[in-house]
Amino acid sequence: MRQLLTVTLRGLGAVEFVEAKDGMDALRKLTAHEIHLALVDINMPVLDGLKLISLMRNDPKLQSIPVIVVTTEGGAREHEKALELGACAYVTKPIRAARLLEVVKEALGIRAE
Amino acid sequence: MSDDRSKGFRRGEEFLSMFSRGLEFTKELVQENEKLRKKILFLEQEQSTAAHNPKDWDGLRAELLARIESLENEKRGTIARLHEVEEENRHFADRYLEVEEENNNLANLYVASFQLHSTLRMNEVVSIILEIVINLIGAEIFAIYAVDENSGAIAPIAAEGFEVKRFPSARLGSGLIGEAVASGQLYTAEAGSAEDDMTPIVCIPLRVQEQPVGAIVIHRLLAQKDGFTALDHELFTLLAGHAATALFSARLYSQSERKLNTIQGFLELLKD
Repeated sequence: MRQLLTVTLRGLGAVEFVEAKDGMDALRKLTAHEIHLALVDINMPVLDGLKLISLMRNDPKLQSIPVIVVTTEGGAREHEKALELGACAYVTKPIRAARLLEVVKEALGIRAE
Repeated sequence: MSDDRSKGFRRGEEFLSMFSRGLEFTKELVQENEKLRKKILFLEQEQSTAAHNPKDWDGLRAELLARIESLENEKRGTIARLHEVEEENRHFADRYLEVEEENNNLANLYVASFQLHSTLRMNEVVSIILEIVINLIGAEIFAIYAVDENSGAIAPIAAEGFEVKRFPSARLGSGLIGEAVASGQLYTAEAGSAEDDMTPIVCIPLRVQEQPVGAIVIHRLLAQKDGFTALDHELFTLLAGHAATALFSARLYSQSERKLNTIQGFLELLKD
């Protein structure tokens, strides 16, 4: 999925991607790099996406990073929970490039063409 | 005394000069007046002639009506052209969206095929197929089957949604899965038409040069997915070819690795 997201988001232009293999790895990389947007799955090994968002929101260094949840979980409960925790958007799988690009642009404040 | 006289002369000259300028001005006014009188007379005559000659009015009216008609036609033409341009614009916008969608779909297919051929390890190939089916097709319950060349049995080797052992095995040529794998024909039913979670809605036969390798059998789609799109059908075709080749190559690779290890073992024994 990471590669698919990377290829899809190349449509944004000169963007640098930092990939993480699980939630804990993501947390480490979020702290180590200057990240402007995080795309997070709910079902991740070691640390799930909702816990990751919660940890990010309680960390002063990470709390301002916008988070987009990309997940198979189509239920309203997970959706509401993610938004409550501070995710700015919730995108369900299967991944559709146009929709994902639209949401990412909005989160980054890039005006639509 | 002489001063008074010269002053009187000067004033007289000034008066005469003023009088002559006044005379000139009056003459000019009279001439202008004459011109205006003539102009008024001419216009009165014109007006009176026009009023007494309805043919001229009709001519003028016809001329104006023709001009109006011509302008109306021009306006209609311009409006029609505007509509045409608007329609063309809409068509181009739609086409742009279609091309963008196709472009995105191609990117998805590229990623899928690239990933499938990025490794020769069986467990990695299987995990990539699972990822593609979840992330790009949006399946919730499905299994990957492999064909046993010797016995003709088709057994599940990986699954999502349920444990692998819950998925039934099949035999080449018999049942929905067996027939699809034997014939190489893709099976699809309408999403949501399955009676239960164990009834397949899609069976993608995996074959390499007519040799059956396995199948991907989808039982249920994610709740948010209504049905299959054109991209899904492209992915089915891609998986039928590329997933089959990837699984086949991975199997050959693991077999060759095993044989290599055996040969190396023998060589070690001979050395000893």
